[in-house]
Parts: sequence; structure tokens; C-alpha cells
Amino acid sequence: MVSAAADPLASRARLALLLLLAPAAVWLVGLIVLPHVELAVLSLRARVAPRVYEWSLAQYRTFVDEPLYWRTFVRTATMSILATACTLLIAFPVAWYIAKIAHGRAKSLLFVLCLIPFWVSETVRTLGWMILLRESGVLPHLLVALGITAEPVEMLYHDATILVGLVYTSMLFMVVPLVSTLESLDDSLIEAAYDLGGNGWSILRQIVVPHAAPGIAAGSIVVFMLTLGNYLTPTLLGGKNSLWFTEQIYTQFITRFNWEQGAAFGFLLLILSTAIVWAGLKVTGQRFGDVMRRS
Amino acid sequence: MQQDLEVDRVTKRYGAHAAVDALSLTVAHGSFFSILGPSGCGKTTLLRIVAGFIAPDEGDVRIGGVSMRGVSPNRRPVNMVFQHLALFPMMSVGDNVGYGLARRGVPKAEIASRVEAMLKRVGLPGARSKRIDQLSGGQKQRVAIARSLVLEPTLLLLDEPLGALDLKLREHMKIELKQLQADFGTTFVYITHDQSEALVLSDHVAVMNAGRFEQVGTPQALYYDPKTAFVAGFVGANNRIAGRAERIEGEMVEVATADGLAVRARASGAIAAGDAVEAFIRPEVIDIARNAAELPASAQRLSGRVASLLFDGANSAVLVREDRTRAEVRIALPQTGRFADLAVDEAIGFGFDARRAVCFRSNGSHG
Repeated sequence: MVSAAADPLASRARLALLLLLAPAAVWLVGLIVLPHVELAVLSLRARVAPRVYEWSLAQYRTFVDEPLYWRTFVRTATMSILATACTLLIAFPVAWYIAKIAHGRAKSLLFVLCLIPFWVSETVRTLGWMILLRESGVLPHLLVALGITAEPVEMLYHDATILVGLVYTSMLFMVVPLVSTLESLDDSLIEAAYDLGGNGWSILRQIVVPHAAPGIAAGSIVVFMLTLGNYLTPTLLGGKNSLWFTEQIYTQFITRFNWEQGAAFGFLLLILSTAIVWAGLKVTGQRFGDVMRRS
Repeated sequence: MQQDLEVDRVTKRYGAHAAVDALSLTVAHGSFFSILGPSGCGKTTLLRIVAGFIAPDEGDVRIGGVSMRGVSPNRRPVNMVFQHLALFPMMSVGDNVGYGLARRGVPKAEIASRVEAMLKRVGLPGARSKRIDQLSGGQKQRVAIARSLVLEPTLLLLDEPLGALDLKLREHMKIELKQLQADFGTTFVYITHDQSEALVLSDHVAVMNAGRFEQVGTPQALYYDPKTAFVAGFVGANNRIAGRAERIEGEMVEVATADGLAVRARASGAIAAGDAVEAFIRPEVIDIARNAAELPASAQRLSGRVASLLFDGANSAVLVREDRTRAEVRIALPQTGRFADLAVDEAIGFGFDARRAVCFRSNGSHG
């Protein structure tokens, strides 16, 4: 009799939970699971005659056989890892300053400064870099005016330019998780380490970095994913030399109408990012759940 | 005797406020020295100046006879036990204790043996591979002390390390801390706002207020012979009676309060008739009797009614309201159990020996 009274309540609670989860579930299934299933199916079929398809690994074979594709793939991965590392190196001192040194107004001001670039669209931000860096742009002219170079240098369309753009775009996503983990670090731990004979470097290595590890991992994962999947920045700043893997996917889908090949590339990129994130977590001994809670 | 710590006219100002005000202090080798004061009195600032985290505006700190001017905290022969212990959660117990040795470049094998020996001395043998979060509050405390003492510092600073523990454990750790200090013979400088900790643990106590020392002395001297009204009020329980000095007879003062209560007390410092004064009478100095005739003949006798009973085992007391002036007086109950059946509103007589009450000229700080 007791359970009879409790049951309607329990089922109502379950219904409420389902209803609350419904939008997320629809989003997840409709926009992520279904397209990916479709992509998987697409990537695994080959057209043998008009409207006749059969299962095949031809798309993946093309990827292996064609050096341009897998070289672009490897290049994208290395550049993304490099960009992530650069972002971490630049963001860490910034986050340290915001979390530990700045107080009150200065702190919120610095945070806003990190955020402000995101008020304009990525296109505009990237165009800003182009105005600064192109041959007739601000920086080359400044270098000439200062007598450092004899004539304006083209600063666009280099790998370094792509890196600058990617790091700039990713900063905020690294700074935010770092600030939150560094803020949770008790200052007295640093003082205690210093008191016991530690110096700046050893404290950073043994106290600060181990404490901030989940934040570092969270920031790195987000930045790495964003960089790997970035299309605009490499295309605009790298020009034709950029050779970014997302461009290959775009070309297959839009220019060549080869959806099967595009789908295979898309899947390869997904596998790549998953593998690298997994490897990164393994190497640093982090658990995915802990890391995601931090971000 | 060698002085392990000499603080020489040290001042630290924050804006116009002097957190530490031209303060001098010496601590002898091997002693347990406490700095006792209410929060905000500057004791933490003083400790951090000694540790090297704060540079004083004026004055000098000498440790083991060597001036510490310009010496950073990681190069001072001083270690600190932090308020919340600040053990490194990312390291094992062994790595925590061995941290300082590793930083000094001691070989690994020697670190391992010294850490194990130290853990044994603080009663945690075999705890090396444990994680910090597996330890109880008391064990953490011992690890924090072991982590500092393994470096054999001239001076160990302790910043209210018992504050975070519950009462039972605090009582236990007090005894343990005293034994550890006696065992190691290291000079301890301990800061606390808890007068019982300071009295139980220390060889010498400095009572600090508003950036200055009110009195430095043995716990007994502070308790029985306070030199200022602040010390009398802060160390131990005390009945404070504010009034005016009516008459001076030798070293005795007759104090009259605004509502007409008159008590006699021993003067401490110069007091002239007519001065605003504060008299302090300890609860255990006052005798209590159901029949006023039982009180010693030399005592000044008063009568009152029990306002409330504060039963606390051996520390039991009663609050008595004096009949004429309604002044509330705290009286310790004798431990014989003779007054165990005392009831609220019961009429009683009480009295005290005027020589055991002490009187100071008010400086206004007590309002």
C-alpha cells in the first residue's frame, strides 16, 4: 500500500526528468548522432553505377594512397598541437596574474580584456590580423619606418601567421579553466613550499602544475579541438599554403560534390582528435571526468 | 644563554595603521614561546615578518644571531607550520616530509631514511606512502610538524595550527605538541588567540594588543600578576569592575563604581585618588558561603542571589547578582561539591581577599 502511494510520485518525477532532458536529447540525436551515422554510412560506400552503391573502403584507401591528404592530416595535427602548446604557454602567466596577483577591479578588468575580442566575429578578428600583417599593412610599414627592414615584408601566408591567429582565437578558452583551477590553489601551499626551501621553478613544477593539471588538460582539450576544426583562420591567414584538413573536407563536400570522400575525411578527423585527446590524458595521467568538471 | 630569535624594534605599517609597532622580543634557545592576542592584534604579521614573507618597515630580525635583512624565506633557518597546515595534497606523506630535504639536494637514499626516522619520532611509522587525505586531523598536524622539523630549523613558527581541530583533539594535540617540543628541543614560536593554549604550552608568553606587547612573562606571572588591564582581562576569566579610586591606603585602593559598589584591591602602577580605575577579581579568588559568617574574617563581604549556574565539571561557576547594585559577579565553585545543590535565586554571601584583587588606572581603551 505504501508503494502504491509512492509510485505515482516516482513516475511523475521520471516524466519530469524525461521532459527536461528532451531538448538536450533531441539536439544530441538530431544534430550529432544521426548526421554521424549518416556520415559513417556515406563514407563506407562507393558508387559503382548511377544510383547504385556498394559497401567499400575506397574512400579510406584514397586517403592512404594520396600523400597530399595524409600529409595535410599530419600537418593539421602537429600545427594544432603546437598551437595548443603555445596557447598554454602564453595563457598560463596571464591566468596566474588574474587568479593570484590581480585583485578587485583590476581582476575583472583583465578578465573583460580577455573576453572583449570575442565580441566581434572571428572573420572580423582575422581580417584585423590581415590588415596588420599584409605586405602593405601596418606592421611591415612600421618595420620599414624603424629601419629594421629595407622594404615591406609579406607577413601573411606563413605557418607562423596561422599559429598567431590560432593562438589568438583560442586564448580565452585556455585562460578561463586555468584561472578557475589556479584560484582554487591555496596560497599557503606556495608559501609553505617556499618556506621549506623551494624556489620559483620547483614550486611551479611540483605544486602549481600538479594542482592545475585538470585545468591545463581541460583548456588544452578545448583549444586543441577548436584549432583542429578551425576553418576560417588557417584559410584566411595561411592562404593557399595553409593546407588545413578542414579545407580538404570542405573541398570534397562543396567543390567536388564527393560526399563519400568528405564523409570519410570527417570521420578521420574525428578519430584523430579523439585519439590525440585520449593520448594526452593518458600521458598526463588525467581522468576525462575530472577534467570536464573543471572546464 | 643563546638567543635563537631577536626581534629588534620592528615596525610594519599598512597606511597609517601600524600592524606591528616598534616591537622587540627575544626568545631563548630551546624554549616554547607564545604570542597571545585577539585577532587583528598584529601577531600574524609579526610571525610572517620572522618567516620572511613580509619585510618590516623598520627594525631587524636576527635568527641564531644572524641578521635576516634581505634573506628570503627559503634561505632562513626557520620553518613554519601554517594555520591550515598547507600539506601538499598532490604528494604522499613521505614526499611531503622529504620535500625540504629534496630541495636541499640531499641524496634520495638519505632522504628516505631521514623521513622514515622523522615519521617514527612523531608517531607515524610506516605512513610514508599514505595520501594526505587518508590522515586524520591529528596525524596531518604531526606530518606538518615533521615536514618542518626534518630540516632541523633553528626556529619553528606555528600559526595557530590547532585552530582547525575540534575541541577534544585540540586538547590532545596541545599535550602532544608540548611533548614534541620537549623531545626535539627546537625553539618554538607559537601564535594563538586561545589563552588556554598559550598558558598550557609555553615557557613564556607575550600578550599582544594593537601591534605592541602588553606584557611578556611566564604563564604564571601573566595569570597571577598581570601588569595591564588588558592582560588581566584577556588572560583567564576575570570579573572587571570599573569605577573611581576613592581612597588610597598604601598599596590598597578602594574602588567605587557609579552605582555604589565599593571594593578594595591591590594597586598595580601609580594610582591617585579620583582616577578612573578598573579592578579585576578572578572567579576563584572569591569565596562563596550560604551563611556570611562562614566567610574569612579578613574578606570584604557582600551578598547576592544566584543569577545562573554554569556547571562545567571542575570549571563550574555561578553568576551572582549583588543585592544592592545588581552587579553581576562570576564566582568559581569549590571542587568539593559542597555547592552542587545550589539553586537559582538562592541567597548567598560572598567575599574575597582584597590583596588578591588587582586594580589598574584606566587608559580609556576599555571604555
